[in-house]
Amino acid sequence: MTETREGLDAPTVPKLFVNEHTASDESNTVIDVNKLDVHYGTFCAVRGVSMKIKENRVTAFIGPSGCGKSTVLRCFNRMNDLIPGARVTGEINFFGQDLYAAEVDPTEMRSRVGMVFQKPNPFPKSIYDNVAFGLKVNGYTGNYPDAVERSLKRAALWGEVKDRLKENALQLSGGQQQRLCIARALAPEPEVLLMDEPASALDPISTLAIEQLINDLCKDVSIIIVTHNMQQAARVSHETAFFMVNDDRAGYLVEFDDTSKIFTNPNDERTEAYITGRFS
Amino acid sequence: MRSPSSFNHHLGRRKILGSIALVMFMSSVVVGILGLVVLLAQILFQGLEWLSPELIFNFPSRHPEQAGLKAAIFGTVWLMGLTAAFTVPVGVGAAIYLEEYASENWLTRLIEVNIANLAGVPSIVYGLLGLALFVQWLSMGRSVLAGALTMSLLVLPIVILASREAIKAVPETYRQAAFALGATKWEVVRSVVLPSASPGVLTGIILAMSRAIGETAPVIAISALVYLTFIPQNPLDRFTVLPIQIFNWIARPQEDFRGLAAGGIIVLLIILLSMNALAVFLRNRYQKQSVE
Repeated sequence: MTETREGLDAPTVPKLFVNEHTASDESNTVIDVNKLDVHYGTFCAVRGVSMKIKENRVTAFIGPSGCGKSTVLRCFNRMNDLIPGARVTGEINFFGQDLYAAEVDPTEMRSRVGMVFQKPNPFPKSIYDNVAFGLKVNGYTGNYPDAVERSLKRAALWGEVKDRLKENALQLSGGQQQRLCIARALAPEPEVLLMDEPASALDPISTLAIEQLINDLCKDVSIIIVTHNMQQAARVSHETAFFMVNDDRAGYLVEFDDTSKIFTNPNDERTEAYITGRFS
Repeated sequence: MRSPSSFNHHLGRRKILGSIALVMFMSSVVVGILGLVVLLAQILFQGLEWLSPELIFNFPSRHPEQAGLKAAIFGTVWLMGLTAAFTVPVGVGAAIYLEEYASENWLTRLIEVNIANLAGVPSIVYGLLGLALFVQWLSMGRSVLAGALTMSLLVLPIVILASREAIKAVPETYRQAAFALGATKWEVVRSVVLPSASPGVLTGIILAMSRAIGETAPVIAISALVYLTFIPQNPLDRFTVLPIQIFNWIARPQEDFRGLAAGGIIVLLIILLSMNALAVFLRNRYQKQSVE
C-alpha cells in the first residue's frame, strides 16, 4: 500500500509496525474541530483549522516550524488558557461537548486529555509519586499501587523500574523518563493522549521504544502526535495532518488524510513538496 | 589557502597577560581570607580564655569574672524565633503571590523594584521606624515583640527576593506537566513548585536570620542599651541581644571587659556559623532529592 508515485521520493518507511488501518474503517470522532482560530494578543497563530480526529487512531501533525501544529494540539487540553493574551475562537467538540463552553472546567477536562511534552519533564519526586500525582489530584478512589503498576505497564516501563519505585525519577535515562511521563499521563485514564514531539529529545533506540509504545497504546486511547520527523509520522500514525504557515505567519491546515495517502499520493502539491524535502 | 604571514600570534605576550590575571585574582582571594584570619586570630587570642560556663550561664555583672551572656542569649533566641515566625510565612507568601499569581503590569513591577530597594535601606532607619510604629504608636513598649516585628521588616526583602529567585528557577515544564494532569493552581504551587524551590527558599530564610542575629542598630533603637538580669518570659518583656551586650562590654574602660567582649564575639560567631552550616546542609539534602 505504500507504492510510491512516480517522481516522488517518499521517505522510506521501515515496516516496523503493521498499520492495520484501512480507509474504509468507520471510527467515532473524538475531537471535532471547526473553524479554529488562535490569537496571541493581536497576532493570529492559527487560522481556520477544521478536522475530525478519530477514536483509537494515531493522528500525526506535521509541518514546518511555526506552522501552529503545537498550538492546535494545546487547544485540545486548553493549555493555551495558561498563556496570557491567548484567545481561542471556533469550535472544538470533544465527544460532542464544546471544550470551550462556559460550563467546561479546564482543570476537570485536562484529566480526560493527557499530555506528553517535548522534553521529558518528570517531577523531581520518586517514580511512584510521579505516576500517583495525577491520581491524587483527580481524587482517584481505587488502589493506588495497583493503578501505578498498571500505568507503568502500559508505558512499558514496569519491568525496568518495579524494584526502584521509591527512587528519584530524575535518575532514569532520558528515554525512561519520557516513558515515565507517558505513564504519568495515562494514570488518570485519559481518552486522548496528546504528544508534543515526544521523541525529539531522545536517542534513536529510545525513540523506537516510544514509537512501539504509541503503536500499542492506540488500541485503547486516541493519540495525537506532533512531530518534526516525517519518517516517524509515517511509521506511527494512521492519519496525518499537514500544516503550513502563511505569509502573515498564521498557521493553517493544508491537508488531512490517511497517512498512506499523504505520504504516497497527496492531493496538495505543497504537501508533496514538504514530504519530499523540496520545500522552499 | 591560509598564509602564515597574515597571522601574528603574540603567544608569549598573551600567556604573560594570562599569568598576570591569575596572580591578581589569587591575591584578591588571599587579601580577603587573610583579613578574616587576622580578625579571627585576634578575637580567639583575646577571647578564648574568657570562654567559660559563666560566660554563657550568668547574667551580666559589674565584675568581669562573673559577667555572662545569659540574658543576651535568651533574648537573641526569643528575637530570632519571633522574627522567623513573622518573616517566613509573610516572605514566602509574598514571593509566591508575586511569582505565581500576580499578573505582569506596572504595579507589580513597581512593587518588585521597591522590594529590591528596601533590601538596601540602612538598618537604623528600620530601627527608628520600629520605634515610632511598634514601640510608641502601637504601644508595644520596648518589647521583644516590637524588636521582632522591626527585625522582620528589615529581613523580609531578603526572604522575598531569595524565595522569588528560587520559585523563578523552577522549570516551567513542571508546572505545565502538573496542569496537564488536571491539577489546580494551588496544587501546582504546593506539590510541584514549592518542593522544587525549597532549597533556595530555605537558604534565603537562613541568610535572613543570619543577618538578623548580627544586627545591632535597630535593636539599639528599640531596646536601648539596657542592663538586664532577667530572661524575657513573654513577647512583651524587655530584652537584649548578643551584639548589644558585646557592644556594651567593649564600651567599658576595664581591660577585662574587652576580653569578655571577645568571648561574646566567639559565641556569636559559633551561632552564626552553625546557622550557615545548617543552611548548606539543608540545601544539599534537598538538592539531592531534586538533582537534574
